[in-house]
Amino acid sequence: MRSYVPNTIEEQNEMLHAIGMENMEELFEALPENVRLKRPLKMPQGLSELELSAYFDSFDVSAGNLPLFRGAGAYRHHIPAVVGAVLSRSEFYTAYTPYQAEMSQGLLQSIFEYQTMICELTGMDASNASVYDGATACAEAMLMLRGATRKSKVLVSAGLHPEYRATLNTYARFAGFELVELPLNELGLTELSSLEQNINDAAGAIIQSPNFFGCVEDLAPAANLLHENKALLVAVVNPISLGILKRPGDAGADIAVGEGQPLGMPLSAGGPYLGFMAAKQKYMRNLPGRIVGQTVDAEGTRAFVLTLQAREQHIRREKAASNICSNQSLCALSAGVYLAAMGPQGLKEVATLCLQKAHYLRDGLLSLKGMSERYPNTPFFNEFVMESQSDTILLNVRLREKGFVGGLPLHRYFPGNGGILYCATEMNSRNEIDAFLNALEVSL
Amino acid sequence: MTPTDRKYTKEHEWLLISGNEVKMGITDHAQSELGDIVFVELPAVGDSFAAGDSFAVVESIKAVSNIYTPLAGAVVSVNDALEDKPELLNEAPYENFIAVFEVGQVDESELLDAAAYEAFIS
Amino acid sequence: MRSSAPLLFELSKTGRRAADLPPMDVPELDGLLPEELVAKEPLPLPEMSEVELIRHYTRLSRRNFGVDNGSYPLGSCTMKYNPKINEQLPACFNKLHPLLDELDLLPVWELMHALGELLCELCGMDQFTHQPAAGAHGELTGLMLIKAYHDTRLDHERNEILVPDAAHGTNPASAALAGFKTIEVPSTADGDVDIEALKALVGPRTAGLMLTNPSTLGLFERNILEISNIVHDAGGLLYYDGANMNAIMGIARPGDMGFDVVHLNLHKTLSTPHGGGGPGAGSVGVKKELIPYLPAPVILKRHGGPALPDYNRPLSIGRVKAFYGNFSVLVKAYAYVLSLGGAGLKQASENAVLNANYVQHHLKGEFGLANDRVCMHECVLTPGPLLERGIHTTDIAKALIDRGFHPPTIYFPLIVPEAMMFEPTETETRENLDELIAAMLDIAEVSKTDPEALHRAPETTPIGRPDETRAARNPVVRFVAEPKE
Repeated sequence: MRSYVPNTIEEQNEMLHAIGMENMEELFEALPENVRLKRPLKMPQGLSELELSAYFDSFDVSAGNLPLFRGAGAYRHHIPAVVGAVLSRSEFYTAYTPYQAEMSQGLLQSIFEYQTMICELTGMDASNASVYDGATACAEAMLMLRGATRKSKVLVSAGLHPEYRATLNTYARFAGFELVELPLNELGLTELSSLEQNINDAAGAIIQSPNFFGCVEDLAPAANLLHENKALLVAVVNPISLGILKRPGDAGADIAVGEGQPLGMPLSAGGPYLGFMAAKQKYMRNLPGRIVGQTVDAEGTRAFVLTLQAREQHIRREKAASNICSNQSLCALSAGVYLAAMGPQGLKEVATLCLQKAHYLRDGLLSLKGMSERYPNTPFFNEFVMESQSDTILLNVRLREKGFVGGLPLHRYFPGNGGILYCATEMNSRNEIDAFLNALEVSL
Repeated sequence: MTPTDRKYTKEHEWLLISGNEVKMGITDHAQSELGDIVFVELPAVGDSFAAGDSFAVVESIKAVSNIYTPLAGAVVSVNDALEDKPELLNEAPYENFIAVFEVGQVDESELLDAAAYEAFIS
Repeated sequence: MRSSAPLLFELSKTGRRAADLPPMDVPELDGLLPEELVAKEPLPLPEMSEVELIRHYTRLSRRNFGVDNGSYPLGSCTMKYNPKINEQLPACFNKLHPLLDELDLLPVWELMHALGELLCELCGMDQFTHQPAAGAHGELTGLMLIKAYHDTRLDHERNEILVPDAAHGTNPASAALAGFKTIEVPSTADGDVDIEALKALVGPRTAGLMLTNPSTLGLFERNILEISNIVHDAGGLLYYDGANMNAIMGIARPGDMGFDVVHLNLHKTLSTPHGGGGPGAGSVGVKKELIPYLPAPVILKRHGGPALPDYNRPLSIGRVKAFYGNFSVLVKAYAYVLSLGGAGLKQASENAVLNANYVQHHLKGEFGLANDRVCMHECVLTPGPLLERGIHTTDIAKALIDRGFHPPTIYFPLIVPEAMMFEPTETETRENLDELIAAMLDIAEVSKTDPEALHRAPETTPIGRPDETRAARNPVVRFVAEPKE
């Protein structure tokens, strides 16, 4: 058993004596008898490091090594070794929120750089230091819409990731929002006429592009329509896609949010990930959570501090627009290192590899018997929906037996839906895709 | 010195009343308690408030304070200069209003004069 | 002495790059995306070589301070040592996509379930969810559960959450977001919840009470059972803010005190690294009557089978985030609990409380003390006589930096003017504590002889005290390149 308590029992006793006590029991005399736990915790004996490692080695995690053709909000990308190297610096990972600026300049500067790169990536003017994940970034954006417009009707595209939508539903129910769903048209894109019909009294709309079904939305017409009605556009974007796609800020979005996991974070069974949030200048103060700003010290040395704190819960308490108190600093650091390592050219190459491989995969699938594309006339980035005459669940079981993880059956989120959402990234080599297509052909 | 040309509230606002128009700001005591003011959230022209409502928010580095109107009314103008220079409220609190209200009946019975306000804060 | 570090953007050189990629191995097709959807300009990201990139971040790391650098007695944040083995273990799960088929994620469900069982025992609760990503997120989730509980019973009038005045700001902020009105409960001069005031405040509108116990004053709430009865008798539920759970592991359990919902900050109590502000994890535990409302999926074992996610939760509040939680953080917390076992956890809490009392005992002569009682895992001091010498809490904090320590939490709790909240944690050696005490006593001494020196602090850091007013009045929150001549 270890407790990482460095002091020996002798030292502990000396310390007790130094404060005038005989034993540990005396420290807890304020606890009423009847709330005391009078038995040991029912837990296994503590494990040594060796036993602990052996136990973790016993988990079968081999599925993680299979060729993967699934995305749907979490994407397998190459993570440059520099990301891990920087993250292993314990000056970063064992620190907390940089309350004491003088001894936290490193972290503060890294967040300032992260904020800048998120702005550069999204075409926005201000970014916060991040929130929990893409879904909560959406929920926080919904709160921002109310803060900026004082209205609580929010239009949500049916192309939004269903788990983000579910998260919005939860927040909306309790925080008092009215959500109106904007359906997708036959092209798999948000129906603008529905946006127009529901725009009255709306604070804004939340539209994802590429949307959950992979379709790339043209955000500009939606932005124009919203702005004519004094409403805002929240764009939910895949950061890797911005290596080639038009930035949401350039398309007229007022707020851009998304899941930052593709920027150097492993899949890790769903977390920790990174919710990024950026906005146009006008809405900077509506951003929730930590924000780092630049200033100087008394001698004029450039310095970074947590700023605009009067928006936050520790000062505004029940009047704060959000209750968030932390950020995903270390994940933001990953994203910062990743973006700086890739640079404009690298990010464009990753995006292009994703785009081309996904289209190669799509063409291969189309050549198989009984396979068709659900939205054949709509541009897509790294994901697309296929239909097949086979049962989608059975199909995946057969693929899995051959050592492949196929696309995501949409049945998971939309019962009865027979589509499969396929994904390819730079991680899927041509050989792998060809092998997958062969395996699929004999599984159909 | 607390100007004698106006009225005060126990929440540290001042009111300069001329007919149905009332200019409102914060007192020297309020700005000194808040410290360096970094942002003022102004109401929009046309916004209506009931007596006792908060119509503006003043932020300093480590504190935030709601500014209340003791009189019901509608905002007819706001001090836009505060958007870029919130420190005006620190530098000259009595010369820089936050908003001008048009009010109905002015009931001064709850308001303090300069002497009463000084006594209240001392 | 003072120096700034160059920004990435100032180091950037056109054409440099740190990452390479394999060549395109599929036929490259043109015109896949219509013109109007494609970016016209290259992204304005920095361009760095690998060596410059690593040196940049290494330089930044040296301008930062973590638990591995030295004592970090930041009250309420439980900055205990982060065991290194726990950093290695999550790697084996890194490649698991969250939407793999259920049977491919069996180790994930097993681990989450097993951690939940251990936390149930630790806290005296019946079921845990690990979906919340942080403490504040756990609070929000827990409050939503309370609301859903009352709503299901058609008890719609219950819209008030009682929060002591000593509470963290997240408590009222979370309550507001969950749709509640916050009612503040005063504390007595002794630092307890004012029972008479509480009795007057509860009623048919009471949805619940949020309590941190030990409180943010570092004191155990002695009347907890009475408080719990008062709230329950009024029809409300009790919410346990687990921020200070590090004081009582294996000694007392929130569930036995009458709490119906708890959140734990795994990054505090269970030693997962704070990561410079996150990621953490805010697992939420509930008593039986609240289980139906937990966010879906709930990880369950049925009939001796393997742990699996259960999505069929008709009364669930729904999701509070995507997927299942900050899984890697859960792995580290689980490894920590397995390393320590029940006895080790108790030992950790005992020593956390001992260390705080040791510091309090040695400082209370020279400094003020918010409450002169045996404290729990943290103690709240004030500058006391130093104030008369013009020395404020900020000055003491900055002077501690020069003496090699991370300062305590300052100006919190709000009800103690000039508060300094020290939480040494159990992983500090006696020598570290003695040095911290000596540094504080030195500061007290310098305040008598040379108070100006304390106003100049910190002097050993890359920057002096930053101008926060300037930062807030004219916010510069991103780098903007100077226009080229």
